Amino acid sequence: MGKLLMLMLEGTFTSLRIFFLTLLFSLPLGLVVAKGRMSRHRIISSLVNGYIMIMRGTPLILQLIFVYFAPYYIFGSSTDRFTAVIIAYAINYAAYFAEIYRGGIQSIPQGQLEAASVLGFTKVHTFTHVIMPQVVKRIMPAMGNEVITLVKDTALAQTIGVAELFRVAQNAAAREFSTMPIFIAGIFYFVMNAIVSKSFDLIERKLDYYR
Amino acid sequence: MAVITVDHVRKSFSSLEVLKDISFALETGEVLSIIGPSGSGKSTLLRCITNLEQVDSGTISIGGDTLVHTDDQGITQYADKHTVARIRLRVGLVFQNFNLFPHFSVMRNITEAQMHVLKTPKDEAQDIASDLLRKMGLPEKADAYPFQLSGGQQQRVSIARALALKPQVLCFDEPTSALDPELTGEILAVIKKLATEHMTMMVVTHEMAFARDISNRVIFMDDGLIVEEGTPEAVFSNTKNERTKRFLSRF
Ligand SMILES: Nc1ncnc2c1ncn2[C@@H]1O[C@H](COP(=O)(O)OP(=O)(O)OP(=O)(O)O)[C@@H](O)[C@H]1O
Ligand SMILES: [Mg+2]
Repeated sequence: MGKLLMLMLEGTFTSLRIFFLTLLFSLPLGLVVAKGRMSRHRIISSLVNGYIMIMRGTPLILQLIFVYFAPYYIFGSSTDRFTAVIIAYAINYAAYFAEIYRGGIQSIPQGQLEAASVLGFTKVHTFTHVIMPQVVKRIMPAMGNEVITLVKDTALAQTIGVAELFRVAQNAAAREFSTMPIFIAGIFYFVMNAIVSKSFDLIERKLDYYR
Repeated sequence: MAVITVDHVRKSFSSLEVLKDISFALETGEVLSIIGPSGSGKSTLLRCITNLEQVDSGTISIGGDTLVHTDDQGITQYADKHTVARIRLRVGLVFQNFNLFPHFSVMRNITEAQMHVLKTPKDEAQDIASDLLRKMGLPEKADAYPFQLSGGQQQRVSIARALALKPQVLCFDEPTSALDPELTGEILAVIKKLATEHMTMMVVTHEMAFARDISNRVIFMDDGLIVEEGTPEAVFSNTKNERTKRFLSRF
């Protein structure tokens, strides 16, 4: 039992690494994608829109397999499995985050931009100090949903052989002819998501000081 | 001396011509009211002067510097970015719906531009803000957030925010239109007080009694043109112009 728990903690650690690295890359990348999607240049905005449609319109598991195997067929060498997972997840989640950011940015009243402009704020200052803080507050609920999905999506990494929590649990279950490890994995996911929800609640409450 | 001169300004939104050859000058210390029916181009005129919209042709000078100019060949050119940034700060704008920054406290709403744009040190910016809040009758609201204030209080904060940059001219676009009738008085009182201090102002308003009361001069706009221009008495009591008469008869 102790050994099983150790293995599962290791798996959890891998899942958490996937989780945090995906967020680390996709959160800023999403902003770039959102900017591209809102670009005045038709070519840029339609290219970016195409990318978003593919990312949201096909299964993540398929994208994962594609990212892992495509370099092998094209360049004859494959990426490290874990790196492939991070790349696939980052570009997939960036698309979802981009749409959330875009919705948030477009929901900020035009008057905010005009006030900033009349007061002489630079474009950058307007974006970082007027727009983004308000966007963050507005998108928190949607981001919470997406991040919870990400916790569960980490389980897909096993498709290309990354030993994350669920893979470890399945292996253990097969070895011991017991569904117990899978049940324990369920609890692990649940606890992780409870922490995510709680964190989002906290952030939302922190941002509650204005309307 | 004229702080703002507007000369043969034209502005269209696609096929709709909204300003058709507008010319006037605003003198230092003057309070100019702009009245006219809905859609006559009053807001657009203020927005061109505050550089929220770009004119198609014509000349606008502010404080002796040219914002935009149309030359003899008919080529319209805006001043370079830095000049525009510098001279647009000479004109403040108070919006109909305040447009305060909801995530900033009242204090920060007033200090942000001072610190970021004018590079005023924080203590000094806060002193200026406190003085302005006192003047606006809101000394105790420095730490409040906009949503905690009434519309009239929010509008007074937005006036303080504009004044903090020490503009040469303060423009108002229907500053009381978004307010409940019982709250308009406090804003009109503030503007009137600024008038007695010889703040140069341009006020777009539907409050005829107020326009008559505070202005040195009134411009009546209709359909993108200045139809009549004169003292409040001339425009409100003795106008010979049929369009002006028809407009004023509605009040
Ligand atoms: N951004 C825009 N795009 C297209 N048309 C516009 C735009 N802004 C204003 N207009 C049009 O220009 C005309 C003048 O508008 P403007 O807001 O200047 O009028 P106004 O005199 O301020 O009217 P009101 O008293 O209702 O505020 C209107 O017909 C309006 O629909
Ligand atoms: Mg208007």
